[in-house]
Amino acid sequence: SRASRKRECRIMATVSVCQYHRGGFSFENCKRNALLEADINKLGFSSPAARKTGTTICGVVYKDGVVLGADTRATEGMVVADKNCSKIHYISPNVYCCGAGTAADTEMTTQIISSNLELHSLSTGRLPRVATANRMLKQMLFRYQGYIGAALVLGGVDCTGPHLYSIYPHGSTDKLPYVTMGSGSLAAMAVFEDRYRPNMEEEEAKRLVRDAIAAGIFNDLGSGSNIDLCVITKGKVDYLRPHDVANKKGVRTGNYRYKHGTTGVLAKTVTPLNLEVVEENVQTMDTS
Amino acid sequence: MATMLQKFPSSVSTLNDYNALYPDWTQREVSTGTTIMAVEFDGGVVMGADSRTTTGAYIANRVTDKLTPIHERIFCCRSGSAADTQAIADAVTYQLGFHSIELDEAPLVQTAASLFRDMCYRYREELMAGIIVAGWDRRRGGQVYTVPVGGMMTRQPVSVGGSGSSYIYGFVDSNYKPAMSKEECLKFTAEALTLAMERDGSSGGVVRLAVISEQGVERQVILGNQLPKFSTV
Repeated sequence: SRASRKRECRIMATVSVCQYHRGGFSFENCKRNALLEADINKLGFSSPAARKTGTTICGVVYKDGVVLGADTRATEGMVVADKNCSKIHYISPNVYCCGAGTAADTEMTTQIISSNLELHSLSTGRLPRVATANRMLKQMLFRYQGYIGAALVLGGVDCTGPHLYSIYPHGSTDKLPYVTMGSGSLAAMAVFEDRYRPNMEEEEAKRLVRDAIAAGIFNDLGSGSNIDLCVITKGKVDYLRPHDVANKKGVRTGNYRYKHGTTGVLAKTVTPLNLEVVEENVQTMDTS
Repeated sequence: MATMLQKFPSSVSTLNDYNALYPDWTQREVSTGTTIMAVEFDGGVVMGADSRTTTGAYIANRVTDKLTPIHERIFCCRSGSAADTQAIADAVTYQLGFHSIELDEAPLVQTAASLFRDMCYRYREELMAGIIVAGWDRRRGGQVYTVPVGGMMTRQPVSVGGSGSSYIYGFVDSNYKPAMSKEECLKFTAEALTLAMERDGSSGGVVRLAVISEQGVERQVILGNQLPKFSTV
């Protein structure tokens, strides 16, 4: 009967609207992306690459705290997308985090954990600890099984002292006195392994980090531009952006504009084109 | 959905040829290549591990501590995927701590091993973790339980694990004697690990040892130049 059919339609409608959300990553868009990819390739185009922060990032524990360093180049495939991007992210007043890998992933992951850590800090009534940020980050990244491409160097000073962690996309972490991450990490690690000493002074630590990032900038194609530093001590943070402009844009030595009259005019002919209006079409812009 | 998941990572890498700009090790998962070992003696256990963590051919951490405390007198040796074993160890540490407070008593080594086994077996398709659980409790003294990839759990007087273990089965089988003393066990473990580290590319660094007994935990590190020397061929 019409009444029962109406009831059936209403039930169908509610089932399709209220889908039970099982939690975890939704792979719906991946199916769509794969189909789009196939269609685009058929037409001969290639889809845009995810912007990666090729990157050299590093950190060092010294006498009074930690020094974090990063380059400032963001690449989209083989093209530099951003010549001066900021890779040292704020987590809490005493904890900062450098990010390598997919730019969007590092940005959003650090923002989410920063927000959660602020709430946690208000709940505990204490300054957040670096180990807490580390736990939150590793548990989130492990949950996404490496699909969030964020490789992080987390450093800060809390009531238990200065701490430095490296965090990998799959969710493993290492607690070390000096760490490097990103495509330029081998170049930076070479500098660290040569010159690191425990309990360095602040100037020496800053010089060491600066040189390690410079090694990444000049020897790795995925890293470049300037060197940013972040010096964290008990009660004070020095966010030095830029600390060192290692790659200044060159100044053109000559003037390449030709003056009027450089080319001599030999002859001049004017031919008017007689055009008649065939069809006039007015389309008003939708400014609503 | 399962096949879509498996296809996705490979299609990402063919999208853009990053090989020139981003070397292999930036895209590989971190694994604790590893050699791990544990031996029971009368009154406790001796545990040992190397200290190398690799991402492909790059050593991400050359001073890793693979002997992870689960409880006051229960430790575990981790091998396999670094992320998986760290996550499992954190989860089991929480569960065992909770259980111990409920009981108001020190937990049994077998309980810890069972918790590892339950997790490793339930999620065996998703995990890559080979774990050796060892410690001391009042009921059965020093015990070693091995939970290899797949989630089996069995008690053994001697257990080796990790990629480097293949090279020392002969050494362990021929040199192990029941009823060894603590010092003999330490020497045996150090020598076995040294031999494995010598031959396995994914194992190296320093040798970390831990002795767990009724008195507590004693930890040692043997640096590269202090390792036992065998004939140089």
